Amino acid sequence: MMPRLLTILVVGAFVAGYRVEAQDTTSRGVRIGLSYQPGMKPGVMVLPASWLNGDSVRAIIQRDLDYGDRVTVIPSADSGAALGRTPLNYPLFGRLGAAALVQLAPTASGIRATVHDVAKGRVLEQAEFRLPLVLATPEWRLAVHGVSDEIERWITGVRGIASTRILYVRDKQIRIVDSDGASDRTLAGGAAACFFTCASPAWHPGGRAVAYSVMTESGTRLAVRDLETNAVRWASSTPYSIAITPAFSRDGSVLAYAYGTENGTDIHTVPGLTAGQPRRVTIGRGSENINPSFSPDGRKIAFVSGRLGHPEVYITDADGTNVELLTQANVGEQAYRTSPDWSPDGRSIAYHAQIGGVFQIFTIGLRERVPRQLTSDASNEDPWWAPDSRHIVFTSTRSGVPQLVIMDVESGRVRQLSRGGGSRLGSWSPYLGTTPPTE
Amino acid sequence: MIRPSRFALVLLFASAGLGACRRKPEVAPVPPAPPPVNQDSIDAAARARDAAAAAARARQDSINAANARSAEEERMRREAEAAARAEAMRAITAPIYFEYDQADITPESRAVLDAKLPLLTANAGLRIRISGHTDARGSDEYNVALGQRRAAAAKRYLAGRGIADSRIDIVSFGEERPVAAGTDDGSYSQNRRGEFEVTAGGDNIVIPR
Repeated sequence: MMPRLLTILVVGAFVAGYRVEAQDTTSRGVRIGLSYQPGMKPGVMVLPASWLNGDSVRAIIQRDLDYGDRVTVIPSADSGAALGRTPLNYPLFGRLGAAALVQLAPTASGIRATVHDVAKGRVLEQAEFRLPLVLATPEWRLAVHGVSDEIERWITGVRGIASTRILYVRDKQIRIVDSDGASDRTLAGGAAACFFTCASPAWHPGGRAVAYSVMTESGTRLAVRDLETNAVRWASSTPYSIAITPAFSRDGSVLAYAYGTENGTDIHTVPGLTAGQPRRVTIGRGSENINPSFSPDGRKIAFVSGRLGHPEVYITDADGTNVELLTQANVGEQAYRTSPDWSPDGRSIAYHAQIGGVFQIFTIGLRERVPRQLTSDASNEDPWWAPDSRHIVFTSTRSGVPQLVIMDVESGRVRQLSRGGGSRLGSWSPYLGTTPPTE
Repeated sequence: MIRPSRFALVLLFASAGLGACRRKPEVAPVPPAPPPVNQDSIDAAARARDAAAAAARARQDSINAANARSAEEERMRREAEAAARAEAMRAITAPIYFEYDQADITPESRAVLDAKLPLLTANAGLRIRISGHTDARGSDEYNVALGQRRAAAAKRYLAGRGIADSRIDIVSFGEERPVAAGTDDGSYSQNRRGEFEVTAGGDNIVIPR
C-alpha cells in the first residue's frame, strides 16, 4: 500500500470541457453502417519517463491506450524536464487537450502509476505494479500491458484489453501474439505438435489452455494443450472422423466442437478440461453443423448449419432444443454466412457473409436481429471478439495477402496485427493480466 | 595310330595282380588289333564331326530362338499385365469432381465411380481411402466439414453397390491441399474433388476379364 503523493496539489481549476474530434486514423476506413458518436474520447498524456527503461514502459503504455480506442493519446514532444516538473501545471495540460495525465515512476519491484485528473487538478488514482525482473520478455510485456489496462479503467471506467493475446494460424502452426502485435511466436513445441495442419485455436477462459484441431492423414483430431506445461490431451481422436472448431463455455466447464463422420457433422460437447463422453447437441441429418460459440451464460450455442443447403447461423439451447435461424439472406446477397462468435457481453454475434464473391464481417444484435456490415475492403473472414466486446480480430486480404486485422467496431478504426502473410483464424484470449494492484 | 588304352593296361596289371593271388590264373585277354590306318576314314570322321557340330549349332540356334520368342512373349505378357494393372490403378484412383458448395455425385462422377466397381469386387483385399477436398472459397473450417461430406458421399455410392463399408476409409483435407494454385474457376473446379488411394491389397490385384 502506497501513500498518495502529497506533493501534487490543486493548482487551479481549468476548463472541464474539451472536445477531441474522433480521428479515423486508418487510411482504409471501414465505416459502412456504423453509428459512431465522435467527440467523447478523453485526451490523455503520458508524461515522459526518463529513468532506465522508462521510455520503453511509456511507449508500450501510450500505444496500449491508443489501441484501446477509448482515449486520445496526446503526444508530448517535450523531453520531460519541463512537463514532468512538480507541482504539475494542470492548466497547461488542459490547454494541450489533456483531461488526464499518466505519471510513471520506478519502484523496487516494478513501477508506480499515477493518473491525474486535469480538470479537478488532483490525483485520480495511483498504484504500484510488480514487473518481472527480466525486461522485454513476453511476461514482462504482459505485466506492462496490465498496467495500461488498469490506467484505462481509472480514466474511462472500463478495463483495457492490452493484456490479452491472440492465437492464430500461419504455416499450419498455431501462433500466439500480444494484442499490440509484439512477441509473435509459434506455440512452444508447436512444430512437433503441428506436423500436420493445425487450425481453429480457441482459448480456455482461464487463459491457461487452448483447444485446436490437428489435421492428419487419417482424420482431424481435437487437441487441448496446457500452455504452461505444453501437455497435450486429445479431446477427440477417432480415426477417419473430423473434430474441428472447438469453443469453451465462459466458465470453462464445457468444450463444444463439431464432430463429423460419414453421417454428417454435428455439434458435440465434452467436459472442458477432463475426459468424458461426448454429448451430441445438433441433429443435422447429414449436413455440416460447425463453429459452436456459447452465450455468456452458457445456456445457448450459436453455430453454423448447412441444413438448408447453404451455411447460415443458427442458435440452439445447449441441450439441442429450440433451434432457430439467426441470419437470413437479404436481396442481392449470396446465401453463405458462417463463423459466428458470441460477444462476451452477450448482446451480438459477429460472423462473416458472402457478398459479391468475397466475404465481409457482420454483427447482428440478439435483440433487434438487424445485421450490420463492418467491412467492405477486400475479403474479411472469421471474426473473434475481444473481451471488451468492442474490438474484433479477423482475417483480411486488404493488404494483398491474408493478415489478421483488429477493428474497433464503434469507430471502425482498424490496425493490422500480424506481420506474416497467410495469417488466419484469430482467437482472442480472455484477460491475461497478472493480479491487479494491491492498495 | 593306336595305343593300348590305359584302361586295358590297368586291366592287364590288375588281372595279373589278382592272378598272382589265385591258384588258377586266367589267361589275360588279348587286346583287339588296331584298325588299319586309312586317310579316307579320317576325312570322313572329320566331316562327320563338322556335320555334328553344325547340327548342334542349328539345334542351339533353334533353342535360342525359341527362348527368345518365349522371352518376348513373356515380356509382352508382362507389359500387357502391367498396362492392365496400371489401367486398373488409374480407374481405382481416378478422382471425381463436385459443384461449388455441393457434395452430390454428378453423372460424370457416377461413371468414374462405376469404373472402380469391377476391380473392387474382384479384389476383396483391396482397401481404399477417399479424401474430400474443396476449393479455397468459403470458410476454411466449413470446408473441412464439406470435404468430409464429399468423401462420405463417394463412399456411400460405392457401399451402395456392394463394396463392404470396412474397406473404405474417408478423410477430409478441406481446402488445405489444392492441386491447382490459381484463383480462377478452372483451378477451383479442379480442387473441388474426391481422391482415391489404395491403402492395402494393391500389389497383386486381379484384373477382372
